[in-house]
Amino acid sequence: MINELISMNGYGAYVWSAFSFTLISFVSLYLAIKLQLVKEQKRFSFKFGLLSAQKVRVAKKQNINKEILVNNLNSQI
Amino acid sequence: MIMKYLEPSKNFSILYNAQKYVLFLFIVVLSIGLTEALILSPEDYKQSHSVRIMYVHVPAAWISIAIFSLIAFLSIGIFVFKNKKISLIAKSLAPSGFVFNIIALVTGSIWGKPTWGTWWAWDARITSMLILALFYFMYLLSWRIFENKEKAIRITSIIAILGAINVPIIKFSVDWWSTLHQNSSVNILSKTTIDTSMLIPLVIMTAAFALFSLLIFLMKYNTELIKIKNKGLDRL
Repeated sequence: MINELISMNGYGAYVWSAFSFTLISFVSLYLAIKLQLVKEQKRFSFKFGLLSAQKVRVAKKQNINKEILVNNLNSQI
Repeated sequence: MIMKYLEPSKNFSILYNAQKYVLFLFIVVLSIGLTEALILSPEDYKQSHSVRIMYVHVPAAWISIAIFSLIAFLSIGIFVFKNKKISLIAKSLAPSGFVFNIIALVTGSIWGKPTWGTWWAWDARITSMLILALFYFMYLLSWRIFENKEKAIRITSIIAILGAINVPIIKFSVDWWSTLHQNSSVNILSKTTIDTSMLIPLVIMTAAFALFSLLIFLMKYNTELIKIKNKGLDRL
């Protein structure tokens, strides 16, 4: 059963390489985009930490800024 | 009305949280699809087990064409509505479309060897898919090389609209020219010639691939939103 699944009547090398290439492409793209996302989140938190109290108040008036900070905290947990 | 829903700051949290649900759903659907495609579906009487490559090749080709068509449609919207937020959606769609295009080309080449006896042929369908990959590449490259945002939006939109001319050529290439590539077996308007035992895994794998492109779109869109907000912090 297992041997049959691997060899696939001699077509195993073609079938498995096509599926492997697809899955490797998926994982690579996912990791590349995830890294970009994490990098931007970290940059945002770092920049936010450097703001003066007055600028923090201005920045927090925009909901999206608070949400980015909250989601960054959640993803670190 | 539609523009209101495109307002990034209104839906960031929803889009961010949607990522994990889409990822979970993608893993479930992909697992079912792989079981169907590799184990449960029958072998073809002519192509034997090599037909299983269809379950990754065809959905990848369909989705890469669909995504490019959507990018072209949104690019027309950028010119018509003069709305730059649409460009953020188009830009976020491109990476998964490009990767699906490459998957379609590579798996098609792997399928071509046992079926046609060659890895590559300059046949109309394959060549037009390669041209689509070049348009995707130019589109993504333009976002990187043009630092002026206005210019980048204009040039990428033009590339997408010009590239859309290639989409019907891909679709009808097998009818217009004599090609190695077979005609469509799955049709919406006419009779589908593929057996249900093969159609089911094909549909499930297409759903899994669509979920993956949705996941990548959400992640990329959120990354772009945070990038904009990072620039906003600099201006405070």
